[in-house]
Amino acid sequence: MTDTTAEQTDTPDTATGFARFLAAFGLLRESWVGMIGLFLVSFWVLIAIFVDLLPLQDPLAQTRGAINLAMLTEDKTGVMHWMGTDDRGRDLLARLLHGSRVVLFWSTLATIVAYSVGMIMGVTAGYRGGWWDEIISFIGNVLLSFPQIVLLLVILTAFGPNSNIGVWMNTELGMDKSIVSGALIIVAITFSTAPQVARIVRGIVLDLKTRDYIAAAEVRGEGPLWIMLVELLPNARGPLIVDACLRLGYVIITIALLGFLSLGLPPPDPDWGKMISDGRQWGYNGLNMMLWPAIAISSLVLGLNLLADGLREISLRD
Amino acid sequence: MAAPDMNTPVLECNNVSISYYTRAGEIPAVVDFNLKVMPGEAVGIVGESGCGKSTVALAIMQYMGKNGDIVGGEIKFMGRDMRTMSEEELRDIRGSRISMVYQEPMASLNPSMLIREQLNEVLIYHEGISDEEASKRSIEMLDAVRLPDPERLMDSFPHQISGGQQQRVVIAMALLSKPQLLLLDEPTTALDVTVEAGVVELIKDISKRFGTSMIYISHNLGLILETCDKIAVMYSGEAVEFGTVNQVFDEMRHPYTRGLFNSIPLPGADRYSRPLVPIRGQLPLPHERPTGCNFGPRCDHFKDGVCNVKPLSMQDVTAHRGHQVRCERYLNIDWEAARPKAETATAANFGKTVLQVKNMQKYYEVHDRSLKALISGKASKFVKANEKLDFEAREAETVAIVGESGCGKSTFAKVMLGLETATGGEVILNGQEIGQISVHKRTPQMVGSMQMIFQNPFETLNPSHTVGSQISRVLRMFGVAKTKEEALEKTYNLLDMVKLPRDFAQRRPRQLSGGQKQRVGIARAFAGEAQVVVADEPVSALDVSVQAAVTGLLTDIQRERRTTMLFISHDLSVVRYLADRVVVMYLGQIMEQGNTDDIYSPPYHPYTEALLSAVPIADTSITKKHIVLEGELPSPMNPPSGCPFQTRCPRKIGSICETDLPDVKDLGNGHKIMCHLSEEDLRAMEPVIAMPSDKKKKSAASKSPGRTKAALAAASIATVPGTAAKAKPVAKKPAAKKPAAKKAAAKKPAAKKPAARKTGPERLKKARGKADDLKLISGVGPKLEQTLNKLGFWHFDQIGSWKKADIAIVDDELSFKGRIERDDWVKQARALARK
Ligand SMILES: Nc1ncnc2c1ncn2[C@@H]1O[C@H](COP(=O)(O)OP(=O)(O)O)[C@@H](O)[C@H]1O
Ligand code: SF4
Ligand code: SF4
Ligand SMILES: [Mg+2]
Repeated sequence: MTDTTAEQTDTPDTATGFARFLAAFGLLRESWVGMIGLFLVSFWVLIAIFVDLLPLQDPLAQTRGAINLAMLTEDKTGVMHWMGTDDRGRDLLARLLHGSRVVLFWSTLATIVAYSVGMIMGVTAGYRGGWWDEIISFIGNVLLSFPQIVLLLVILTAFGPNSNIGVWMNTELGMDKSIVSGALIIVAITFSTAPQVARIVRGIVLDLKTRDYIAAAEVRGEGPLWIMLVELLPNARGPLIVDACLRLGYVIITIALLGFLSLGLPPPDPDWGKMISDGRQWGYNGLNMMLWPAIAISSLVLGLNLLADGLREISLRD
Repeated sequence: MAAPDMNTPVLECNNVSISYYTRAGEIPAVVDFNLKVMPGEAVGIVGESGCGKSTVALAIMQYMGKNGDIVGGEIKFMGRDMRTMSEEELRDIRGSRISMVYQEPMASLNPSMLIREQLNEVLIYHEGISDEEASKRSIEMLDAVRLPDPERLMDSFPHQISGGQQQRVVIAMALLSKPQLLLLDEPTTALDVTVEAGVVELIKDISKRFGTSMIYISHNLGLILETCDKIAVMYSGEAVEFGTVNQVFDEMRHPYTRGLFNSIPLPGADRYSRPLVPIRGQLPLPHERPTGCNFGPRCDHFKDGVCNVKPLSMQDVTAHRGHQVRCERYLNIDWEAARPKAETATAANFGKTVLQVKNMQKYYEVHDRSLKALISGKASKFVKANEKLDFEAREAETVAIVGESGCGKSTFAKVMLGLETATGGEVILNGQEIGQISVHKRTPQMVGSMQMIFQNPFETLNPSHTVGSQISRVLRMFGVAKTKEEALEKTYNLLDMVKLPRDFAQRRPRQLSGGQKQRVGIARAFAGEAQVVVADEPVSALDVSVQAAVTGLLTDIQRERRTTMLFISHDLSVVRYLADRVVVMYLGQIMEQGNTDDIYSPPYHPYTEALLSAVPIADTSITKKHIVLEGELPSPMNPPSGCPFQTRCPRKIGSICETDLPDVKDLGNGHKIMCHLSEEDLRAMEPVIAMPSDKKKKSAASKSPGRTKAALAAASIATVPGTAAKAKPVAKKPAAKKPAAKKAAAKKPAAKKPAARKTGPERLKKARGKADDLKLISGVGPKLEQTLNKLGFWHFDQIGSWKKADIAIVDDELSFKGRIERDDWVKQARALARK
């Protein structure tokens, strides 16, 4: 133990960081649940990224006389509609696959924003404690005491694209209508999700901050920002990654729900929730229109849940 | 099942092997384990963490969990192979004929159930008796484990009682169904020393009273010595030595066992003249075990071609009945040879005073939100975490701060380090007052000159960052290193200093063992040219064999750099070994302080006396007074009036202790005691620990397995007055085994006796007519009655008329185990005399 080897190596923090990330996925192989989840999620992610390269119809193009076609039927022009068409003669397969990009983009963005806000709330409340903790917890409790859907409806109807503010943003700020509604969805989801995230983060931080390494950092005079960002949060990442997967699933459902209630992204962009609600008007004849987006939503959300389970399973081992 | 027969072992393990199945493959956690427990016998299993002790216990319970399995050998309970039993039979045996007590009491208690329900359930499940009857038996059992007010306790939830009480409840629960075998897995590790002493006392008592066989698992040799008849020493999944307590403690035949004894501080050792000898290297992981002897890589007697050829088996030690070792070369080793020498060092000469703590106070304000507090207007009150701390520390000096949980050690450390500011008084570091300056307002040099070593190796380093980045961050913070290169260079130097390889800088904490992490913690504390290092129990969480190495390293660095060390600890053996001066705290106040030698010999503060007697000592030749403190540590929120120790003090004088805070008495040489006892009384105290003057103890080692019990009995027999006049200040070893002499060992020289002796209480040669039944006084048993009769006390009225001075004299004559409750006797005797 006394002989020492002096090798010059740079601090390998970041290098091994990525390696460790990959290793975590290597471990995931041992959980078949996690592997199914990973497969489903990566399927949709790959589709979302490469959908433009696929030989698909234009998702917005309406074909005359090809309305509400059943799956696997050709229209008069001889074009095959693998999943059929919708009530405006648009190819369902194309819409569904393009929809994945919309859904994943907005839900991920909304989750990231909600998570950031929630983490800031939680980590400061947990680490600082005292009156600040009480205020944050109070706000969180108030927001959580509303039924989630009511909260979302209030925010979206009060500030939606058709409200005064929405119109002002659209006209005065020259923001695109879909951007406006997207931004609003993010705000609404942040209001409903961030308190939950904050609660989890606060709990973890309350536990972590009693560790000696936090005391060691305090004893050498580190500031609160360093302690929260460098000493606390990296150690919370395990449970938070698992939670983020689940959370993303909920957000996807929420966005679909908003689309279903016509409070989501404005037409004509394909949005799975909106697609279901479009089909609903046609009753039995719309089944085909509802079936595919419903499968898409469930498979993606299921994938995320399974992935979370798998991650949790491997993190509990060892 | 057959009735217990005195010749059938209660438990027999024959060649038991146990494996766990993990991702890494099969882990042979325990290999070829043999054990025989006879009725009424207490067998200890000692070993470092991870050596397989708990696995053995779980296997005996046939409770291996999902990924564990008994892969070989047989475990027989009452002569029947447990493998042949059905699941139903096993369920019935578990918890009724074999009970287990775990380290964490809350692991066995359901937090949301009343204690009544949990206790009754055991009886109702196993014996199917009625609820009332179960309650009655439960209350009796709580009383038997010496819990106060059992009826009230029955209707409490586990979290409403203290940790010590919880563990007693768990033991009561384990005993309820009158098991034949009680398994105790580190039952006192989570408890404070004085509370531990009480639980150990109870455990000893159990096997006597209930005839229960016990397996006592511990990493603490001293505790095993106090509780067990036989002992198995485990190392890396194997039993390496088995024998009676005396064989293993006095005539060990395995190098590992000897290494263990050499690496724990025993009374009489000190760090300058007789440093501890650590066992080099570390415990191999189960899948990294060497061929042949597992201890080979760490053994000084290793011989290539002998020790590393084939798996070793247990062999009988010639000429020792029932003594077995797993060592090929035990006959070739000179067991009488002097212990291996570690480098000795001369005592440092202390420099100027570095740190002065003057009347330092730290109060916390706590808000009571209960309705009652709101109504009474006392919504906030102060917790006096530190009250009038007053002491100094010099350059290169080690000052130990000793006390149990809640005594204010951590608060004191926080004020030192600037995490809290003092409420009053001063803390002066190098002439500069720092008690009021929080760490963020201190200059980097000030911060660097006062640093801390933490207790828990698993928490001291941030698991997310590499070792190197954590050390270099400290260097940058303290302004010791300006550039990245400089920081790296200095990091390497620090790693060299703590004797770790330099490539550890790139490792993450989880790749390090506990001892290695603690070394990094030491490096970090010394990174900024620290002048004062506060070490908070730096080795208590480490394995015994690495403790010595880390302690040695720490003290070497400290001596070399002439750093002042404040060593916070509850372990009085370690403190005696390495401290120059000792400060004893209780409930936020300093009870006693002085040079180490003065603290460990009379006069004592009554609390120090109790602490000293509570420390288990792994040396058969030492006799010790047993003082078990009554009650629990009071909460610092609600400290007692007068003397803080008043509620538990066995030497309490009377009401003055309850009303007045005692003055600090200066006994010279910096030895200060805060107590109402007069200086004369203090000086008249007898030593708690008696060491044999005769160091060659081998010859007289007793072969009697019932040694501990004999010692116990001895402790309660007093000598007849007159013989005590022959002063025996120090026991000679051969005599120490005889009860009467044992008593004398704990006695002080007669010359020191107070003059009051002549005017002692009235004594009678014979009873006036029929003697009273003194056993009616609670606390007096048949043994004590005999003793009292011998002393000339036969009647209640005699005892009832004892005065304080009389009590003191009688106390001198009696040295029992357990509480000293003469005041209470007098009261009871008076009441009985009136009848
Ligand atoms: N459930 C388990 N799965 C895998 N390995 C285990 C398990 N429990 C214990 N071990 C391993 O078995 C060995 C013995 O452990 P244990 O019996 O707990 O030791 P001790 O009680 O002496 O500290 C250790 O190396 C430990 O890591
Ligand atoms: S067998 Fe050899 S290596 Fe093992 S303890 Fe004995 S002497 Fe040491
Ligand atoms: S002052 Fe009284 S109660 Fe306190 S330690 Fe001394 S004798 Fe005991
Ligand atoms: Mg264990």
